[in-house]
Amino acid sequence: MKLKLATLALSALMAAAPAMAELVYPSLSYRTGAYAAGGIPFADGYADYFTLLNERDSGIGGVKAKVIECETGYSTEKGVECYESTKGEGALVYQPLSTGITYQLIPKVTADGIPLHTMGYGRTSAANGKVFSNVFNYPANYWNGASLAINHLLDINGGDIKGKKVALLYHNSAYGKEPIRTLEELAKKHGFELSLLAVDHPGQEQKSQWLQIRREKPDYVLMWGWGVMNQVAIQEAVNIKFPMENFIGIWWSGSENDVLPAGEAANGYKALTFHNVGSDFPVFADIQKYVVDAGKAAGAGDQIGTVLYNRGLYAAMLAAEATRKAQELSGKAQITAADMRDGMEALEITEERMAELGMPNFGPSFKVSCANHGGPGTGAVQQWDAAAKEWKLISDFGPSDMDVIQPLIDEDSMAYAKENNITPRECN
Amino acid sequence: MLYREAGDFKTSYAKDNQTFPIKFDRVAYYVLLVVAFGVVPFIINDYWANAVIVPFLIYAIATIGLNILIGYCGQLSLGTGGFMAVGAFASYKLMTAFPEVSIIIHILLAGGITALVGVAFGLPSLRIKGFYLAVATLAAQFFLVWLFNRVPWFYNYSATGQISAPERSFMGYVVAGSNVGAVEKYLMCLVFVVAVAWVARNLTRGTMGRSWMAIRDMDIAAEIIGVNPLKAKLTAFAVSSFFIGISGALLFTVYLGAAEVGEAFGISKSFLVLFMVIIGGLGSIFGSFAGAAFMVLLPVLLKNVLVGGMNWPTDLAAHFQLVIVGALIIAFLILEPHGLAQLWRVAKEKLRLWPFPH
Repeated sequence: MKLKLATLALSALMAAAPAMAELVYPSLSYRTGAYAAGGIPFADGYADYFTLLNERDSGIGGVKAKVIECETGYSTEKGVECYESTKGEGALVYQPLSTGITYQLIPKVTADGIPLHTMGYGRTSAANGKVFSNVFNYPANYWNGASLAINHLLDINGGDIKGKKVALLYHNSAYGKEPIRTLEELAKKHGFELSLLAVDHPGQEQKSQWLQIRREKPDYVLMWGWGVMNQVAIQEAVNIKFPMENFIGIWWSGSENDVLPAGEAANGYKALTFHNVGSDFPVFADIQKYVVDAGKAAGAGDQIGTVLYNRGLYAAMLAAEATRKAQELSGKAQITAADMRDGMEALEITEERMAELGMPNFGPSFKVSCANHGGPGTGAVQQWDAAAKEWKLISDFGPSDMDVIQPLIDEDSMAYAKENNITPRECN
Repeated sequence: MLYREAGDFKTSYAKDNQTFPIKFDRVAYYVLLVVAFGVVPFIINDYWANAVIVPFLIYAIATIGLNILIGYCGQLSLGTGGFMAVGAFASYKLMTAFPEVSIIIHILLAGGITALVGVAFGLPSLRIKGFYLAVATLAAQFFLVWLFNRVPWFYNYSATGQISAPERSFMGYVVAGSNVGAVEKYLMCLVFVVAVAWVARNLTRGTMGRSWMAIRDMDIAAEIIGVNPLKAKLTAFAVSSFFIGISGALLFTVYLGAAEVGEAFGISKSFLVLFMVIIGGLGSIFGSFAGAAFMVLLPVLLKNVLVGGMNWPTDLAAHFQLVIVGALIIAFLILEPHGLAQLWRVAKEKLRLWPFPH
C-alpha cells in the first residue's frame, strides 16, 4: 500500500512537472453540470483539432501541442482553481467558455502575462486592446450579436422596424445582461419597442416569461440563453405556438442540443453564428482519418460537425494560427505566453489561409490589431431544418452596426480603466 | 506520550475551564499559530493560496457562523448563501460609496449589516422551529439572491449585474480587488479567521452561549429557568449572520474580486456550508474547521489524484468525485453522526488512556 501511494505521489509529481518542448493549451472545460450539453462538444472540438495537428503535421512548427483539460463545471471558483493549477505548466492561452470565469480571469491573466481568448463571449468591452492588453474576443462579441440580430430584423422588414415589439429573453447573469445596453441604443435608433424577460439559472423555469410573451404578443423574440435554458425556451415557444421564424437566438442558443428535443415543431428556429455550419469541409475528412479512426478522439467521436464542435474546432484553429504567427515573430518554435500574446495581436486570417487549412469560408477573414482586439464583428443567421436535422445559413456574413457599438465599447472600457488605474496603451 | 495529564495540575477555576485543558493541545495550538503567521506566508504560492487555503479559511468563517446557529442554538437555517451575498454586496456598496475608509472597517460593517438582515429573517424563529424554520430561511436565500439581481442599485447599475471589487490597500499592501497577492490574501483571511474563532469560542462558553445551548436542548425548560428565548434566538441569528457576512465579504473582496450573485451565492452555497457543519460536528469550533477542510480539500485532492495522478478523463473524475464525496458523507453520518469533531474527541480519549484502556 505504501509503495502504491509513493508511486501515485511520484506520478502526480511527474505530471505536474513543467513540460519541455511542448505547446500547452489548457482547456477549462465543463463536461458535467447544468451546462455540460454545450461544454462537451466544444471541449471535444478544441482537443481534436490539436490532436489532428499533432498526428498529421507533428505539431505546430515542429513542436507538439498538449491540451490539459481541467473540469470547471461552469463554476467560477473551480475555474479559478483550474487556472491556478495549470498556469505554471507553460500555458499559452486560456479559453474558458464562460463569461463568469472570464470576468475572474481578466485581471489575473493581465498580471501573469498570459493571453485570454474569449471568442464570442466574455467581457465585450475587452475589444478595446488599448485597455485590455491580454484579452482578446475576436472575431465577434455579444454587442455585434445584438446588432446582427436587429440587422436581420431590418432585412426581413424592408429596413423599417419602427413600432415593432421585440422581447429579449435572457439568462439572468452577466452573460445574459450583456446585450441589453446595445439593444436599448438600437431601439432608440430604429424605433422599436424592447421588453426584457429574465430567466434565472439554470433556466428550466420559464412558464411565467412565456405567459408574458403570449400576453404581450411581441413581433420577435431574441434569446440569450445557454445550456438547458435553450431547449426549454424552444419547447415553451412551441407550446404557445409562437412562430419559430420570429424567434432568434444568439450563437450560444443555436446548437443541435437546443432544437432536437422539440422535434419537428422546432422547424424554422433561427440563431446567429459567426462561423459556418455543417461538416462539409476538407478538415473533417482529416479529423476522421487521423483522429477518430485512430481512436484518439477526445470524446465519444459523435459530435463532429455539430455547431458547438465546430466552434471548439474554430477556437483551436485560431489559437494554432496565433501560435504560428508568434513563432514567426519571435523566431523560435517553443514560444512563451508573452510571444503568444504578440502573435494574437498580429494575427491575420485570410481566405487563402482558411482554404489551406481545409476550412474554406468557415469563418471571416480578419486582422487583429493593437487597438482592436474584437475582430470584424461579422456574422450570419442560421435556420434549423427539422426534417433534414441540420442548420442552414440563410444569410451572408454581414457587418454589425459599429456606429452604435464602438462608442459603447469605448465608454465601458474607459470606465474599467478608470476603476483599475490602467493607463491605456498607445497604439499606432 | 501524547496527551498525558500527569503533572499537569489545575489550581484555579480559570485554569480548569480553559479552552485547551491539556498541555499538549495548548502547545500544539500555539505552534500552529506561529506556523500559520510566521512560516506559511513565506512559502505560500498562488496555487496553494487560491485553490486551497484561502477558500478553506473563508468557508471556515462561514461554517463557524452557521454552527453557532445550528449547532449551538438549534435553529436550522438554509439561508447561508443569501447572507453571504448580503455581506458581499454590503462590502461592495460601502467600498464604492466611501473609498477613503479602510477596507477592514468595511468588512466589519458588512458583517454588521448582515447581522441586521439575519435578525430580520430570524424573527419567524420565535414562532416556528425545525423544518418549518428551514423553509423560512430558504425563502431568505431565494429572496436575497432575487433582490440583488433585480435592483440595479445594489450593483451600481453596471451593465452586467456583476460586482467587481475596486482595489483597496491596507498599510500599503493591496488586500482587496482582483490583483491581491497570495501572501496578502492569505494573511488577511487568516487574521479574520483567528479573530472569529476566538470570539466564537468565548461567546459560546459564556452566558450567551449557555443560553443558546439551553434553547437548543429544550426551549420550554430553558424558558422556565429564566432564559429569554427572544433574546437568545435573535442574538444567535445576529452573531451567526455577522460571521457569515464577514465570510461573504472576504469571498468577494479578497478571494474572487468579482462576483455574480446567482452563481457565487446560490442555493448550493447554503448546502455546502450546511454539509461542512454536519460533517465537522454540530456545536464545535474545531469541527467547523475540520468540516470546511474536508469539503474544500477533498475535491481538490481527488482531482489531483484522479486526473493528475491516474490520468482519468476529467468528466469521469468529476462524476467520481461526487460519488466519493457523497459516499464519504453517508459513511460519516452512519459511523459517526457527531462529525469529525467527535472522531477527534474519541481519538484523544483513547490516546489519553493508552496503553491501559479500561
